[in-house]
Amino acid sequence: MTARYTLARAAGATAAGLSRLTGRGGGTTIGGRVTLLVDPLAMTRAAAGRELALVTGTNGKTTTRTLLVAALETREPVVSNGGGANLPTGLTAALTADRTSRLGVLEVDEPFLPKVAQAVRPRAVVLLNLSRDQLDRYAEVRRLAGIWHEALSGPAAPAVVANADDPLVVWAATGATDVVWVAAGQGWTFDSTSCPACGDVLQRDGQRGWRSPGCGLARPTPAWSVTGRTVTAPDGTSYDVKLGIPGDVNVGNAALAAAAAGLWGVSPAKAFDAMARIPSVEGRYLETTYSGRPLRLLLAKNPAGWVEAIGMSRAEAPVVVAVNARAADGRDPSWLWDVPFELLRGRHAVATGERSRDVAVRLRYAGVDHIRVDDPADALRAAHGSGPIEVLANYTAFQSYRRVVRDA
Amino acid sequence: MPDAVRIALVFPSLLGTYGDGGNASVLAQRLRWRGVEAETVDVAVDDALPEQADVYVLGGGEDTAQTLAVSRLADGVLARAADAGKPVFAVCAGFQILGETFLDGAGAVHAGVGLIDCRTDRLPGSRAVGELLGEPAVDGVVELLTGYENHGGRTLLGPAAKPLARVRSGTGNGDGVDGAVQGSVVATYLHGPALARNPALADWLLSKVVGDLAPLDDSEEQELRRERLTALRRARAAWWRRQWRPPARGT
Ligand SMILES: [Zn+2]
Repeated sequence: MTARYTLARAAGATAAGLSRLTGRGGGTTIGGRVTLLVDPLAMTRAAAGRELALVTGTNGKTTTRTLLVAALETREPVVSNGGGANLPTGLTAALTADRTSRLGVLEVDEPFLPKVAQAVRPRAVVLLNLSRDQLDRYAEVRRLAGIWHEALSGPAAPAVVANADDPLVVWAATGATDVVWVAAGQGWTFDSTSCPACGDVLQRDGQRGWRSPGCGLARPTPAWSVTGRTVTAPDGTSYDVKLGIPGDVNVGNAALAAAAAGLWGVSPAKAFDAMARIPSVEGRYLETTYSGRPLRLLLAKNPAGWVEAIGMSRAEAPVVVAVNARAADGRDPSWLWDVPFELLRGRHAVATGERSRDVAVRLRYAGVDHIRVDDPADALRAAHGSGPIEVLANYTAFQSYRRVVRDA
Repeated sequence: MPDAVRIALVFPSLLGTYGDGGNASVLAQRLRWRGVEAETVDVAVDDALPEQADVYVLGGGEDTAQTLAVSRLADGVLARAADAGKPVFAVCAGFQILGETFLDGAGAVHAGVGLIDCRTDRLPGSRAVGELLGEPAVDGVVELLTGYENHGGRTLLGPAAKPLARVRSGTGNGDGVDGAVQGSVVATYLHGPALARNPALADWLLSKVVGDLAPLDDSEEQELRRERLTALRRARAAWWRRQWRPPARGT
């Protein structure tokens, strides 16, 4: 351990503490930033001697990270990064704050995978999916698949646990020597109609198969398969996966986490058992009550996530659709028209958030009975009936609702 | 007037990056609300473009998708539709590929479909990203055109094409105007989608197919438009405030 690193870690901890004291936030990011300023190699040094798994992809990073942490903690303590701090600063802060855990699971923002993998030399990388995210942040998902591909190729590359159902992920992982394929599903095929390798139009067989006639890239045979809530492990044993969090998509995420945990010798039975005890993930899927009514908060950050969230919501419950368009959400909410809100027909909806007027117009054309309410708490009171309410919100609108529910 | 108006959404998997598929839904719903039957047809990339559609809608897309889309549009169906006076509405990348030339992902000049007398190269400086506001330059549309632009292309119109709007705020084509109108082909850089944010533009296109249209209650669209125009005014005021530095206080 170098003197510079010791100093950097202390400086980061001081900055984080000051930031918390002055009420400027959790301090994670500023602490990590200071540490990296003092010692640019701090992330590498903080990772030394640990066995790390990195989790990345457009959707499900936080959930899959949480599931994998639960599985690995059946063995020993695990260091991890919460609160969406998935840039190098946040990763550095998480690693420097926990000096004892030998195992670690870190979620990484998609474009940073190469940089982080090079710095921390992980034992495993879990690739979930790739689809369009906030439009004005990462214009081309194919470019991301390309930089993953480059980062994961070569003899020193880590073991890869990858979703065999997502062509972009498969192409990104094809350069790796050691890949565990998991049929984790793909609800959103809109961003993978052409082959990421050669540009030819992908042929799909109506099941889950797909193939590029141009270069032969095709869905690999998965070692782990998922059908509904049943996960079949490589040895042929099937597990009925009962999670505390909703959604078929999360069964796919659980299968990916179990496959990764298997690299550390955790059995699927033990892994799924640990995952079943997670009721919510950083406020997501949280079941609570508001003015005596059951309420659930579902986060959706992009069209694929919205399709998942609508699918998770209880069909009889009214829906509050909350959308902002701040920098973290993407400034342009025209993605609302990529989401099949027609699925909400027959249910009552309340449009809210800073871009509630965009939502209202979208719901009008989708033929969904709705009203528009500015205030998020008023929006809950405006939901029809007296039964459960589902709140579907994008990133910063979701944070507002966490406060509304907490202050209630 | 046709029994059911058919709206073809051209290659949504290639040209649908910015929610522009919504333009087809808007056109169809605005007909249905007036008692006119309408159907939208999503044309897959490996399918031929239908000859019998009444309106063709193209959206934005990524660089590689553009060249693929052009190769699939080489069969002349779209050109015959335009010759027959059927509305063709194209946004952003869809606009660029209907021109004479555009730049592909590698920066090489690529031949377009040739329905609009225009050529697209690169905007000097950074991408145009943000709210775009224009004053319509065509007869029959009086409301301001509002939307969101996100593109790196600069499109210069030739003599056969007329602009759709004069830019009041934002970049548009890059020379003070936005979009193009040439015969029944109408193009713009407006996302949002354009026809959801601008119902008058949607009805103007539909009137070319079904004639005069009864008014609809567009109060929700109008509320959205007002809010966007207010946000734009506030952003511009904030920008001017930032340009003005208070003089240093004397000692
Ligand atoms: Zn291929």
